[in-house]
Amino acid sequence: MQPFRKLQATVMPLDRVNVDTDQIIPKQFLKRIERTGYGDFLFFDWRQDPGFEINQPRYRNAQILVAAKNFGCGSSREHAAWALDNYGFRCVISSSFADIFHSNAGKNGILLITLSEDQVNTLLQRAKQHEGYKLTVSLEENTLSDDHGFSTTFKVDSFRRYCLLEGLDDIGLTLRYKDDLDKFEKQHDRDFWLTPKSA
Amino acid sequence: MSKPKTLFEKVWEQHLVAQPANEPALLYIDLHLVHEVTSPQAFEGLRLTGRKLRRPDRTVATVDHNVPTIAADRLVIKDDIAARQIDALRRNCKEFGVELYDVDSRDQGIVHVIGPELGLTKPGMTIVCGDSHTSTHGAFGALAFGIGTSEVEHVMATQCLPQSHPKTFRISVEGELPQGVTAKDVVLGIIGRIGTDGATGYVIEYAGSAIRSLSMEGRMTICNMSIEAGARAGMIAPDQTTFDYLKGRRFSPQGAAWDQAVAAWSQLRTDEGATFDRELVIPAVELTPYVTWGTNPGQVIPITAEIPGADPAASEADRRGVERALEYMGLTPGTPMEEVTINRVFLGSCTNSRIEDLRAAAAVVSGYRVHPSVNAIVVPGSHLVKEQAEREGLDRIFRQAGFEWREPGCSMCLGMNPDILQPGDRCASTSNRNFEGRQGRGGRTHLVSPMMAAAAAIKGHFSDIRTWEFKGEEVNV
Ligand code: SF4
Repeated sequence: MQPFRKLQATVMPLDRVNVDTDQIIPKQFLKRIERTGYGDFLFFDWRQDPGFEINQPRYRNAQILVAAKNFGCGSSREHAAWALDNYGFRCVISSSFADIFHSNAGKNGILLITLSEDQVNTLLQRAKQHEGYKLTVSLEENTLSDDHGFSTTFKVDSFRRYCLLEGLDDIGLTLRYKDDLDKFEKQHDRDFWLTPKSA
Repeated sequence: MSKPKTLFEKVWEQHLVAQPANEPALLYIDLHLVHEVTSPQAFEGLRLTGRKLRRPDRTVATVDHNVPTIAADRLVIKDDIAARQIDALRRNCKEFGVELYDVDSRDQGIVHVIGPELGLTKPGMTIVCGDSHTSTHGAFGALAFGIGTSEVEHVMATQCLPQSHPKTFRISVEGELPQGVTAKDVVLGIIGRIGTDGATGYVIEYAGSAIRSLSMEGRMTICNMSIEAGARAGMIAPDQTTFDYLKGRRFSPQGAAWDQAVAAWSQLRTDEGATFDRELVIPAVELTPYVTWGTNPGQVIPITAEIPGADPAASEADRRGVERALEYMGLTPGTPMEEVTINRVFLGSCTNSRIEDLRAAAAVVSGYRVHPSVNAIVVPGSHLVKEQAEREGLDRIFRQAGFEWREPGCSMCLGMNPDILQPGDRCASTSNRNFEGRQGRGGRTHLVSPMMAAAAAIKGHFSDIRTWEFKGEEVNV
């Protein structure tokens, strides 16, 4: 996983609430067995509209996405995170994120920043207003700012932050507790009423 | 005496492998359900890192999302990419030693239908699957939640998952459910109140006399849709109804072991005096049959209501959300829901494709014909459900009325197989998501209970089930 430390990049505004994972990557692309190549299918149905933000040259190199509340709700498809990542988004800002999406994004090195609704509105307005609008994110300092006087700090769960900063593989982290796991499992396996096939 | 605990806390604590400081807890996973869509990249990850599958005996796979529901199309799947994905699952299960209920198996079906019906799902377990509706299994008092593909790989390699401690939310529905109000209506009513992000970060425990009175099928319908309120999981404490359902299932304990299991499971209830981070009490009398009008499950109204407009007091983003939904759905505020016409009906999905759902719908349909402008299909949740329904003659009732009777799978719930809506189609659906394009690009989905879907199929428009004239032969509901 690519570590996330600091990023200065163009912002694409997506002024919609409840953007669900079916919109981020529609089902017809979930049949693939690869982990890459989803970028062209990001927001597939919406991008059929020539006016949709992704089709506007001014947002071409955007790596930061700002969206209204409850981004990433719906299905557990990690393809949504892969599509954002493959397309080039490294950071999504919203006033709230759905749970499973939150964890999927983290596992793919995408930083999610939660701000207040007012702050998100400000960023949406500025991204629409100023062509080439950029934000600077520092995960090392937990700060977010633009060149127009916007500046704020943000909070990221400390463990997630550590994994993002270091680009750490989760499985490796869990295996630090292998001895605990072996011991636990031995004991736990005796609870036959918690095993799938107890008959 | 020890501190009173919630059901959730009991299950959580019994599965704590490690609780490192400043890190998420490491939770042991009892059952990992696998299907074709969210697993190929995870198996590939194991291969690339040379890791093994830690507990094949705690892992079970089936094919459901992609499979066609027309018998003749199932053995040679025409969609090459879908066929490749199903093949990949076969190869992976063989290589890693996972039991697979394949297309031709009598036990195949939607993963959340077969887990409970085979007795794989048990009270007090932790259950995960690369599918958000894993919350269904919480109906048994299990802690069950959906995960992404990286987490699927994580569970395959370690049989545990790092999990941050969720908050707890008790929703009590008290009193007797009014006539015509089903489990589906209860959960739609709840989501309508709290919103699609109303339970984000929480595990819900459903309680109260109305929940207790529900069958296991009904409880599964409710827990299934917990995710549509944003919840990590939904749970219902196991009781006699749960034990009666599980007794004698293929993988349930038997003999003396059964009694021991029931004794252990009986501990799984929230202690008197235990506290929740949030509580909500809903009087059952306030609930009615519901229909969603918009593009998320929270956009829901009673069948007797009119299509709403944007609330002038809401934030601008919310107002625009409502306007967008109305436009996509092709609806005008003020139209009575009962006047909205439909041309497709889908009875199925992990929310409502169990035997009881089919019985309820058949009772409505019996003695009627599907409206001439409607195409209606029934997709049983599993082979076992299908067989049982056929034994009871439900297939005959549906067929005689003009429904198509299909093979088990997810089908039009998400339209990854050939069952999809065409642009502009309007569907009364018993599934769980009415997102834009969910059932096919440009398709319009209205979520309802099986009885309400059946009534819509007959009338060609939505109709209040409370005034339905049941005229067919007796169906054992
Ligand atoms: S029936 Fe629908 S919601 Fe349920 S598992 Fe299948 S696709 Fe997911």
